[in-house]
Formats: sequence, structure tokens, C-alpha cells
Amino acid sequence: MSNSKLNILTKGFFKENPTLILVLGCCPTLAVTTSVVNALGMGAATTFVLLMSNMLISALKNVIPDKVRIPSYIVIIATFVSMIDLLIQGFLPSLSASLGVFIPLIVVNCIVLGRAEAFANKNTVFDSLLDGLGMGIGFTIALTLIGGIREILGSGSFLGFQLIPAEYNMLIFVLAPGAFLVFGFVMAAVRYIVNKREEKKKHCAAE
Amino acid sequence: MDKLLHISGSPHVHSDESVKKIMWSVVLSLVPAFLVSVYYFGLPVIILTLVSIGCCVLFEYLIQRYMLHQKPSVDDGSAVVTGLLLAFNVPSSLPIWIMVVGALVAIGIAKMPYGGLGHNPFNPALVARVTLLIAFPVQMTTWPVPTPIWGFADAVTGPTTLGLIKEGGDLTQLPSYVDMLIGQMGGSFGEVSAIALLIGAAFLLWKRIITWHIPVSFIATVFIIAGIFHMANPAEYVNPMIHLLSGGLILGACFMATDMVTSPTSPWGMIVFGCGCGLLTIIIRIFGAYPEGVSFSILLMNAVVPLINKGFKPKQFAH
Repeated sequence: MSNSKLNILTKGFFKENPTLILVLGCCPTLAVTTSVVNALGMGAATTFVLLMSNMLISALKNVIPDKVRIPSYIVIIATFVSMIDLLIQGFLPSLSASLGVFIPLIVVNCIVLGRAEAFANKNTVFDSLLDGLGMGIGFTIALTLIGGIREILGSGSFLGFQLIPAEYNMLIFVLAPGAFLVFGFVMAAVRYIVNKREEKKKHCAAE
Repeated sequence: MDKLLHISGSPHVHSDESVKKIMWSVVLSLVPAFLVSVYYFGLPVIILTLVSIGCCVLFEYLIQRYMLHQKPSVDDGSAVVTGLLLAFNVPSSLPIWIMVVGALVAIGIAKMPYGGLGHNPFNPALVARVTLLIAFPVQMTTWPVPTPIWGFADAVTGPTTLGLIKEGGDLTQLPSYVDMLIGQMGGSFGEVSAIALLIGAAFLLWKRIITWHIPVSFIATVFIIAGIFHMANPAEYVNPMIHLLSGGLILGACFMATDMVTSPTSPWGMIVFGCGCGLLTIIIRIFGAYPEGVSFSILLMNAVVPLINKGFKPKQFAH
């Protein structure tokens, strides 16, 4: 794999992380990250939809008329979301119960539509596949990070294993305000690292 | 040489007021309430207050020194005031480690990320109090019964006045007005004594650190609306005097809502701010899920302060 292909894949992990840098898909980020399991499930479902819809939209980009492209994308995305929704309902009923309406809501997730509009309708099928995969993994990383912090602080457990006794749990981190707090601080930390890196790069270029 | 005229830029009139002086005056004004709570709740009050102040100052110093790389300005006393007010807003039976978490929230989330003193849109002590209330609902609503000796038998807990009303308990158990005035009732340890708080507020008014607008409009709004409800249905809604003297109303109206950083600047703006706080407080108390709404209402009104400031600009001359 050439360097540029690798770059398309990995840019979503950190440099253009959809949640933490591009700030897309805030709704599922805030809503489902109460535990690591939920975060992983949501991340995997979104990655699947991203991958498939990016590929199909990229393949059909010359067929879809420009004026009706957004409705067409929605139909394609909704198809894959229905598939993954039924799959999760069938094989992982407990995950389906805890994610609830947020699986169907992947249809209107701005990451999926954003990548279709910004990347898939301009690039080849293989590049779009890599982009969808990278962005999906980046989304999963961000969700798992936020979910992990919230689960450890809020319920005192990680992946369901109790680490901290119940009397030391801070309920606020399981509730909505905790989601905003953790999201904000994780974002600030990522921004700090990115800024540090850029400074270093500039420094190197100057020398 | 001293015959020469000194020429300098404006301002030409100086006052000897400084942030430091104001903050220490606020600390001084809270001393009566502190002494009363020590009398009623004993040693835990002293420990919690010292822990809260110490942690607030320490966290502010550490964040300024090692994260922001600024010259620490903890000697301005603002962290001491935050710590003191935060401690006043918790029950005296609170575990010490929760107090430390509260101090971290006040300084590390509500104050320093916004840029420190003068830049925080929300009152840090109240943000910490509300965070603790949501994070530790059990520990934050276990109210020890005040025992007016140096009682170490603090295992007895009871409801607060407002808690009793909210749960529809036996209203004959409500404390008498005298008890509520001097502080003989359950509650966060700094809020119980109305008289001690009013002495402190009078001192601040005399020193012109606060003006009458916010406390009076805040308390009057609560009193009037509670009075209307009481007149409409005395069986269901309690006397407005009880609303006035119970919970954190006086502490909130005189010491929290009047925080210079997070309240409007013009007199009419302050009155709108105070009325808004009062309205939200009574709505939460009567219709809300929580028995007490002072801290939520002040925080909500903090959020609209920029809007109020925009609406009530002082008149510009020579324009």
C-alpha cells in the first residue's frame, strides 16, 4: 500500500478525527457513551454503515444526478442502517436495548453524510473504502475513550468489571452533564496535543 | 524638582479598593454564619471548611503555576471565597474526599478553564455544589440535625424544612420562625442561620461591596409569588415566611447572586437578574423535582447575564 493510501486510512484516527477534531456526530457521542460496551457497539455499527455507504456512493457517483444527490445518499445510508439495525436486534438484543433509537439515528449522523458529500463523491471506490474505515475507526476510538472515562468515573467499572466500590461513584458522569464535561475535556486534550505537534513541525521547518 | 507638575493619564481619582480588599471583606462577612454553624454542627464544620478553602487555593496555585505557566495570583483571596462559599453549601456530614472533588470542580472546571477570576460566566462555588448534588445525591442530601452543644453524636439526621414540604410530610414538624432565624434547623451548614447571614450582608452593604438591588429583588420575588400561592390555597402552599427563611435563599441572594463577576453591571439589570432568580427559585421549589432551587436558578440566570448587560446599558454621555 502506498503512502498516500495509508494516509487516507489513518487520517481519521487522530489528525482528522471525526468526533474530536471535525466535531461531527455529537449526538451519538454524547448520548451513548455511558459505558465502553455501548461505545464499542455504536462505533462498530457506524463503521459498518460508513464503509458500505462510502463504497456504494463512490461507485454510483457518476449515475446519481447532482440535484438529488442528498436524498439519494440518505436512501443508500438508510438501507445499510436498516440492515445493521435488524442484525443487532437479532443477534445482540441487549446491545440493541441499550442503544435504542440511536442505531436508527445513524441515518442522520453527520459523519456518514459528511464523508459521502466531502469524500466519496469525489474519489475512487477503494479510496472511499479506506476513508470510511479510517473515519469509522476514529469515531470508535473517540467514543471508547469518552465511554471509558465516563464508565470508570460514573459506574466505577470498565467493560462491566467493577474497579471502584459503588460508594465512590460519581453519578453525574453517567448523566448528560457528565457527557458534556468529558467530551469537552477530551477535546481540549486532543487540541493541546495537535497544537504541540504543529508547533514542533514549524520549529523543525524553521531550522 | 518638586515644583514640576506631574502629568499622568486618566483616571485621576483613585479609590483604595482592590480585589484583595473586597475578597477579604467577603470572607469577614461570612464569619458570623460560620460561627453559628460551628455552634450547631461542631467539629466537622471546621474540618470541611478548612479542607474546602485549602483545596481551592491549592488547585488554583497548581493550575496557574504548572498548567497555565502564569504567576500564581492566589493571594487575591478569590479562591478562599469560593472555598468558603462551597463549604457553606454542603451538609456537615459530607465525607472529606467529596469536598476535595468539589473544590476541584469549582476551580478546575468552573473557574480556570474560562480564564480565571473575572472571566468565569458561572459562579464557581455554585457549579461545584450543583455538580456534587447530581454526582452524590445521597451524601449531599443527608442532613444532620443541629445539636446546640459541642455534640459529637452527629448520627442523627433529619429532613430540611423544604424537604419536609416537598415530600408532603407532617407540616406541624416545621421549625418555628425563631428557630429558622437563629439557625436551629436542618440544612447545608452555612445556610441555616438567617440572622448571621443578614449581619454579614449588612456589613457588605455598608462597605458598598454589594448593592441592595439583587438581594432585595430576589427575596421579594420569592416572597410575593409564594404569598400569592399561599393566599390561593393555604392548605397546600406554605406561608411565604417559611420560603424566605428556609433553604439557601438568604445565603444565595446576598452572597452568591451578588458575585461581581457573574452578575449584571447596571442597577436595572441587577433588578431583572434578581427577579429572574427569584422566579426560577420559587418555580423549582413549588413545581420542581428538587426541594431547593436557589443554586440552579442563580446558575441559569448567570447564563443570561451577557444578554441582560446588553439590554441595560448605562446612558452614554457626549455621544
